[in-house]
Amino acid sequence: MTVEAIQELPPDPILERRELVQRTAAQTLGRRTLMSKFMVALCGLALIAALIPLVAVIISLLQKGLTWWSVNFFTQVPAIPSITDPNNVGGVANAIVGSAVIVAVASLFAIPIGVIAGILLADSDSRFANIMRAVAEIMTGLPSILLGIFAYEMIVVGFDNYGIHLPGMGFSGLAGSFALAVLMVPIIMKAAETALRGVPGTIKEAGLALGARKSVVARKVIIPGALPGLLTAVLLSFARAVGETAPLLWVIGASDVVTWNPKNEMAAMPLQIFQWALNSPYPSQRDAAWGLALFLVVAVLIINLAARLIAARLQKERR
Amino acid sequence: MSEVLINTSPQASQGPDLAEKPKRFSAKSDSAYWIVLYGVTGLFALVLVAFLLSIIGSSIPAWRSSGLKLIFGTTWDPNNDVFGALPLIAGTVESTLIALFLAIPIGLGTALAIVHMIPRRFRVFFSSLVELLAAVPSVVYGLWGLLVVAPWFQVTVQPALEKATGNHWPFSGQEEGVSLLLAGFILFVMVLPLVVALSRDVIAVVPNDQVEGALSLGASQWQVLRKVVLPGARTGIIGAITLATARALGETVAVAMVIGGNPLFPHSTFSTAATLASTIALEFAEATPAQVAALGALAVILMAMTAFVNWVGRRMVQRAAIRAGGK
Repeated sequence: MTVEAIQELPPDPILERRELVQRTAAQTLGRRTLMSKFMVALCGLALIAALIPLVAVIISLLQKGLTWWSVNFFTQVPAIPSITDPNNVGGVANAIVGSAVIVAVASLFAIPIGVIAGILLADSDSRFANIMRAVAEIMTGLPSILLGIFAYEMIVVGFDNYGIHLPGMGFSGLAGSFALAVLMVPIIMKAAETALRGVPGTIKEAGLALGARKSVVARKVIIPGALPGLLTAVLLSFARAVGETAPLLWVIGASDVVTWNPKNEMAAMPLQIFQWALNSPYPSQRDAAWGLALFLVVAVLIINLAARLIAARLQKERR
Repeated sequence: MSEVLINTSPQASQGPDLAEKPKRFSAKSDSAYWIVLYGVTGLFALVLVAFLLSIIGSSIPAWRSSGLKLIFGTTWDPNNDVFGALPLIAGTVESTLIALFLAIPIGLGTALAIVHMIPRRFRVFFSSLVELLAAVPSVVYGLWGLLVVAPWFQVTVQPALEKATGNHWPFSGQEEGVSLLLAGFILFVMVLPLVVALSRDVIAVVPNDQVEGALSLGASQWQVLRKVVLPGARTGIIGAITLATARALGETVAVAMVIGGNPLFPHSTFSTAATLASTIALEFAEATPAQVAALGALAVILMAMTAFVNWVGRRMVQRAAIRAGGK
């Protein structure tokens, strides 16, 4: 075909469209690149804007918290600053012991219940299991202060209203443990379900094929197989429970003495921070809240880090 | 996983039931298993029913005496037994809106920057920083807000905003530091790690083929992010925003520490105000019986609002998923 012949052919609509596309792309290139650079810069600014407050929190914590750390701070109980010694705030041993006992007692109930409920969710698609799955989802998003009201109604005054006087009721560590346990179970339940579903079906079936009952398979095959995942679930629920203030506000009594007995009135770290910072008339006590806050954050981060390390190791093994 | 198999199978086969009583291999023998599972889970379900009943039950006297005034009444005055939650609802919604107004653009921009713009070695650092900050207890954010940010707001931010807007609404009034604006800002800082962490996860899993396909067609980087990455991650982003909203609505102690606890309609963002949760937190411990019932009613309203936000979020996720599936 000669050049003249090609030129005499009717114009191809597809070719025209291509040309149009090429032309538009070339014409808008400058504008699109500029817009892109602008928006990318905005995203970068957002990153910086996000980092500033988050880093500021950490700096404040370290700067103001570390100065309060001393042996006495961790071994004594709160004292009232006097005119002669305005910086004498005592220590936070009561809050550390209180938090440890309250969360430990809460876990005592929450871990078995959460894991068993998780086994049910992982193994059953019954109506009840589906409802519980949705309920667990809702519970983890519910404001935790509602649990404070619940624990107050049920444990602190509830039994009195019905004329039943059980030992250990009233303001007590137990009431706080109860509230935290209700908070922890749905977290453990959901994470345990995921961990338990991760155990390969072939192993379960092998166990069943050997004639083992489901309970035996659950105990000896599924739970050991999912152990790292379960541990991660439990640790994450710990980290959440240790930092919760709202459910404890009016149920544990906020005592100033060290006690290991959960039937007594107790203190807790987040509650003590709240009260020192918001209600204390002494500037030194308000400032000392930083010392305890730093300790609380370090504790929560260590628990979280442990959970993450276990989870990461698990993922490596799976691969 | 093979390790687990080796470890557990000998134990399982040594189980006393297996060799000696093969007859146990029947559907019936599983009944104990199901009884324990359903029994324990059912027990917890009962606790949750008790939870619901106790919250609603504690509020019944208040609904009886005040009726719908509890929701639509404009005065909250516990000393005279006048309980109207509307100013508190307004405080809750407004502080949440301030937080979302800041957290959504900054959070999404940060997530995009972490996944698509910064070098890989910084990515891990930023990601873990954000995740660890999401775990910091709320009382610590409250402490920081009250002792560090409030003075800064009073001396620097509020005068600057007043100057910039000429002392007009919504930046007018007393400069006290503690205010609706501060509560919104602290909520923003608190939900930011949540928004970043969750939306980063979904942005990272948008298929690379699609991103590279769009790039090879000549799309600019922003066009790729806007037309491919964000739509691909839409359901997850909506989910993240829903969670952040619910968290901001229900946040208690941090807000109680920085909002001033003043149950009046906030007339500007500089006013002290109160939210549903902060009012419960600050008043419950020393409340009269009538007030306890009214605070229970606040809890019911708060629960309903959180449930509503979750429901809307779920509906939007479903709709977005259907649309994405239809393509």
